[in-house]
Amino acid sequence: MRKLFTTDHRSLGVLYLLLSLAAVATGTLLSLLMRVHRIWPDTPLPLLGLMKPEDYLALVTMHGTLMVFFVLTVAPQNGFASLVLPGQIGARHMAFPRLNAISFWLMALAFTILISAFALPSGAPLSGWASYPPLSAIASAGPGQGTGMDLWLLSIGIFCVAAWLGAVNLLATILGERGAGMTWSRLPLTVWAWLTTSILTLLVFSVLLAAAVLLFSDRHFGSSFFVPLNDVVNGHVVGRGDGSPLLWLHLFWFFGHPEVYIAILPGMGLATSLFANFTRRRVAGYKVMAAMLVAIGGLGLLVWGHHMFVSGMNPYAGTAFALTTMAIAVPSTVEVIGWLSTLWGGGLRLTTPMLFALGFLSFFIAGGLTGPILAQPALDTYLHNTFFVVAHFHLIMAMAGVFSVFAGIYYWFPLMTGRMMNDLLGKLHFWISLIAAYGTFLPMHISGLAGEPRHYERLAGPVVSFSEILPNERGITWSAILLGAAQLLFLWNLFASAKRGERATENPWQATTLEWAPEIPRRRIERGPYEYENGGTESMFRPQWESASKQE
Amino acid sequence: MPATFTPKNVEIERKHTGIGGKPPVDRRPTGGGGDGDNWDNRPSGRRGPRELLSRYRLGVLFALAGDLMFFVALVSAFFVRQSAGHFDARENYVSDWHPIAVPPILWVNTAILLLSSLTMEIARRQLFREIDVMEEWLGLGRPAVKRAAPWMVVTVVLGVLFVIGQWIAWGQLTQQGFHFNSPDPSSHFFYLITGTHGLHLVLGIVALAAALGALFTLKRVELRQIVVDCTAWYWHTMGIFWIFLFVLLAYFQ
Repeated sequence: MRKLFTTDHRSLGVLYLLLSLAAVATGTLLSLLMRVHRIWPDTPLPLLGLMKPEDYLALVTMHGTLMVFFVLTVAPQNGFASLVLPGQIGARHMAFPRLNAISFWLMALAFTILISAFALPSGAPLSGWASYPPLSAIASAGPGQGTGMDLWLLSIGIFCVAAWLGAVNLLATILGERGAGMTWSRLPLTVWAWLTTSILTLLVFSVLLAAAVLLFSDRHFGSSFFVPLNDVVNGHVVGRGDGSPLLWLHLFWFFGHPEVYIAILPGMGLATSLFANFTRRRVAGYKVMAAMLVAIGGLGLLVWGHHMFVSGMNPYAGTAFALTTMAIAVPSTVEVIGWLSTLWGGGLRLTTPMLFALGFLSFFIAGGLTGPILAQPALDTYLHNTFFVVAHFHLIMAMAGVFSVFAGIYYWFPLMTGRMMNDLLGKLHFWISLIAAYGTFLPMHISGLAGEPRHYERLAGPVVSFSEILPNERGITWSAILLGAAQLLFLWNLFASAKRGERATENPWQATTLEWAPEIPRRRIERGPYEYENGGTESMFRPQWESASKQE
Repeated sequence: MPATFTPKNVEIERKHTGIGGKPPVDRRPTGGGGDGDNWDNRPSGRRGPRELLSRYRLGVLFALAGDLMFFVALVSAFFVRQSAGHFDARENYVSDWHPIAVPPILWVNTAILLLSSLTMEIARRQLFREIDVMEEWLGLGRPAVKRAAPWMVVTVVLGVLFVIGQWIAWGQLTQQGFHFNSPDPSSHFFYLITGTHGLHLVLGIVALAAALGALFTLKRVELRQIVVDCTAWYWHTMGIFWIFLFVLLAYFQ
């Protein structure tokens, strides 16, 4: 019990990671059910029976919500930051340890509320993780749109408050708790990433909370912020005033797009650190890399309109959003070039965390390439809401994000348990996951180009038929099942290594950053974060906790 | 195995300063300036007398920045909804937005809230008068608490008056036929904006009452300063938010 109600940042970090592990396991199961249903829509599933179209939509909604909020926000931002951020900046604790605990428990509460929607007789909400009105604003619009949708709103509202408290804590810690001598240019790049994502979290989660309040008021207090006049749902006129679903889209995507960067920026910072460590080289252009992380975050606030090209938004606004969106390619490319020049001829040490960081890089490039395509309003008019978009964001956000989380878990596992994770199992996990992930998400581009819409429950229906892409979809499903099965290797490795893994030596990765210091340093920090000496087999490195005057 | 995951608590919590600790004022009472006073060399957490205070101020500042975005979102929704409309069958542009005149009692409420910010600031400054702080720190009495408490009581009373005033304004609007669920979007926004702001003020009153209690129970001078200081900044910010929201409701309908 004392371990559960702790305010210690490392224990809380582990608790955050366990919460997102529960969420990712649930979310993956839901996605597998979706994949199976897509290719055998008329086969009854064991335990669940025949799946109705609304059940499929509920799976889509819950999968998206779980993955975006409870996995890709909780693990990289709250989990890893609680685990190592105070260590990395030479602080003894977070600025507000109790606030950190409150934030965790609120997130756990939000998770429980969301999951409990499955237990409702009317079912889970159907309106997708973006909850577009009028579907989300009208209780009679679908079976799960009554109590289920209310639970969704409640859960997301609580999550907003929890994320907001967590960001306040991280910002106060980074700005106020750095050890002596820990100047801005001595911060590891993960800390720069957490700084950026915390600012984004503060700015955008409050907007989502406001939007959720407005939507709740539409549902229960008879207002009309989002429901248009004379809107007809299920044969009844429900629209009362000149509300506009566009308003929700603006508010939601003002949150939703920066949210993507909240998920991926910590992974970018971590990948930079790992590339430096496992090539035994300094980060190429440290200051530029840090500045570009912040620039991506800043630009990320200005691009939300590219989710709305076909929504009826003013086309001139679409042009402006297309320009800002393509501008993000510039700092992203600088980051990629920085990583490649760190890696180039660097004598890689291919440990499991390094492999996952390289996998992150691969997905970041593969998914990033379709970004500028979707950023063109003309091309997006065709591709919008097709599987092309699904392929794009699963590669760049889901796979890149999750691979960076895996990299972090394999890398920091010794800090959590004092043991190493099994290397052979880890490598097996990496290679199967990499191949299966590409096997799952690359063919989705083809489905998308064929015109397959995102939320359709079956490929061949009475009105439209996409039966010609059925073989492609079958391949995707089998690949997804393989991808899910590979994660069992990871789970087994995780729990077995925690119990019986090889004992970790002090500083097992020969890292320079402060979270690996044998004790919290009492003297001034005098070194930069990545002082590795020319790569290859030599293991010359100068950790940050050593004094600068000490010569070898 | 790195020492970073040793289970034992490395933090040595000092319960109260007492004689010999550092007084929570910027200048030390007796000279100082020697090498032992190089606070930059000390581990974080005890690097200066006001480190704890600035940490909490920083937290409150960031929390309020997020809160600001909440109201910014509401206000932008206000303007978007205000400009929304549709074309009827004869191609006339019709808007369902009917401006409401704010109840005059809002002017009184605004004055009360401004006054309460003033009393709160007077209370806050009592906690930072150096001579009183030194006296409290030496344990000679609690002059700062004695001076601050009445002003905080006044602030609580004014805050409660404001909330009651807002309640009366709601009642007046309802009598004129502007219910929350009347079809008029401007009344939705009036209730939502005053309601969410009122909720913030109720939280503020609870915080004020808690700070008032903490003034008498907290042992460390710094902590007494912190509770009053943070509550005061929250209270001032809600006052500033209200001025903007009131101008919006009164003049931008």
